[in-house]
Amino acid sequence: MKKRRERIDRGIKARSEDVYALSSWREMLYLAGPRLLPAAAFLLLPLFLGVYWQKVMLSVAVFALLAISWNMLAQTGMISLGQALFFGMGAYVSGILNFYFGMPPWITIPIATILGGTLCTLILMPVLRLRGIYFSMVTLIIPLMLVRIIEATKIFGGTEGLSGMTPLPSGLTEVYLVTGVFLGVLFGLRRLMETDYGLVLKGIRDNDRSVTNAGIDIFWFKTQALFIASVIGAFAGAFMTHVYMFVGMPVFALDYSILPIAAAVVGGSGTLAGAALGAVILVPMSEALRGIGGLRIVMYGLFLVVFIVAIPEGMFDYIQRKYHQMERWVEIDK
Amino acid sequence: MFAGTLVFALVNSFILILMAIGFNLTFGISGVANFAYGALYIMSAYMSWTLLNLLHLPFWASAALSVIITMITGAMMYRFVLLRVRGQALSEVIATFGIGLAILELFRYLGLVGFEYTLPVFWNDSILIAGVYVDIQRIAIVVIGLMLVVGLWLFTHFTSTGLAFRGIAQDERTALTFGIDSDRMATLSVSFGAGLAAIAATIIIPLGSIAPNEGYDVLIKALAICIIGGLGSTGGVIVAGFIIGFAERFTDTYIGSHWTMIVSLAAILLVLAVKPSGLFGQQKELEERI
Repeated sequence: MKKRRERIDRGIKARSEDVYALSSWREMLYLAGPRLLPAAAFLLLPLFLGVYWQKVMLSVAVFALLAISWNMLAQTGMISLGQALFFGMGAYVSGILNFYFGMPPWITIPIATILGGTLCTLILMPVLRLRGIYFSMVTLIIPLMLVRIIEATKIFGGTEGLSGMTPLPSGLTEVYLVTGVFLGVLFGLRRLMETDYGLVLKGIRDNDRSVTNAGIDIFWFKTQALFIASVIGAFAGAFMTHVYMFVGMPVFALDYSILPIAAAVVGGSGTLAGAALGAVILVPMSEALRGIGGLRIVMYGLFLVVFIVAIPEGMFDYIQRKYHQMERWVEIDK
Repeated sequence: MFAGTLVFALVNSFILILMAIGFNLTFGISGVANFAYGALYIMSAYMSWTLLNLLHLPFWASAALSVIITMITGAMMYRFVLLRVRGQALSEVIATFGIGLAILELFRYLGLVGFEYTLPVFWNDSILIAGVYVDIQRIAIVVIGLMLVVGLWLFTHFTSTGLAFRGIAQDERTALTFGIDSDRMATLSVSFGAGLAAIAATIIIPLGSIAPNEGYDVLIKALAICIIGGLGSTGGVIVAGFIIGFAERFTDTYIGSHWTMIVSLAAILLVLAVKPSGLFGQQKELEERI
């Protein structure tokens, strides 16, 4: 009995791409496993974890949302260095609605998501025609400037911030709300990027002039991509306002800009799932390393350098390749 | 009060020019936006502090040594990191920003903050100019700033290395055909930029104290000046330095100190939105905006 090794994915790939004729549970599991497993983990884990690790999961989901939002922009060719703008805008809108108008979280979060996203889009629209590093610099500067403006004009609580927001009903509601949105956004946007619409967005990244030549208004498409990204970021901010029960200048801090980029770079900046994977790796790691304090940020910095130089395509791409290269032993038939 | 503001605005302009000129040199020659610039500035300051206070070297020796070490650091940063991502603007920014973050946060972790962490002034004296007392250090900043600007102009116009710098800045491939090693020149440009940051730190730090946060401010100010003046244009740096320097001092005196940073940030945003190449930069319409 002679045996040879065979790639598992060949047949499955051929049959699942166009006609979708999978013949066994094993094949379906092969395809669905990598998608279902993390989703199931996100949905089931909160039930078994303690309060502390629930909070960690919560910030995993929040940073994953920010990383996805960063990646959405990056896939359209806009490199943002200031995700904190989206986060902070959502946080402040929901904070203001709750603090001054006393609206409950289930109204403030949706309103802040849409309104914050719209505001960010309107702020960035005038500079949407800028390319490459010029756009990045604008996004780097706007959150810094908003912080200074809040400090100088003392609006919305000034340096003290607003506190005493209505909390969400329970810890489990918090976790499930944010993981639900995270999974929905991740799989929804992955599907969106596979469609013709996503193709246009990726085309703008690869060569915007040839997309213009095809008679497509890239300015309008960029606006839409920006809106999608800022809505996601604004949701994360609005949500965190009610978790922390506080909103203030720290929401525009550099952390909310750096960590999503670090997550996207570590996980893989070419894919949305990569960005999410990066957040899943980095956030718990930074929690585990809380003991070393400020050295964590030093490590982030070094991580960024190592990954951008040595593994520019990121972890997700590597894992995906290895998964597709898995082999099994089969008998050689006569 | 007006004359005094004018004098201090002049000094402030030269501080900004000193802070920005190294960043501008690196970007203008090799196209590398060195986001570790602020970190190199702070690193050299801590280095001369260490040499001065722990090894008890004389001030001039420790300053010179720290400038040289910072230059070597810059060159190594290019050789081992930037060379591998050369030409990909985003990767360069992320890599240099990562290095800068690591350096600054390491210093913050070590907790070297306080009034004792400062460098000595050159002469502890002050003179009366236009009704206000100005200390010698501030005058030294103006003089050294002028000397550096003129020296840099002479260097890039009359030495072979300087001419090679301008060669690869204008057209890298043509420069290659003339036997100019573009990687070597880019290494030197990052190294010289780092050296200028170190010189700026040696002169400016005695006015205040060394703090990791200062690193981010220096980076943002350097960015502001270079963007407004036009990335890579030396004349632009000087003009933008004066615009921002005067605008900052006058807002500080007549509006309020909270608004000083906002003025320069708003200026950057305005320039980026209206004319991304800056006041004196070469217009490259389709590269920067579509």
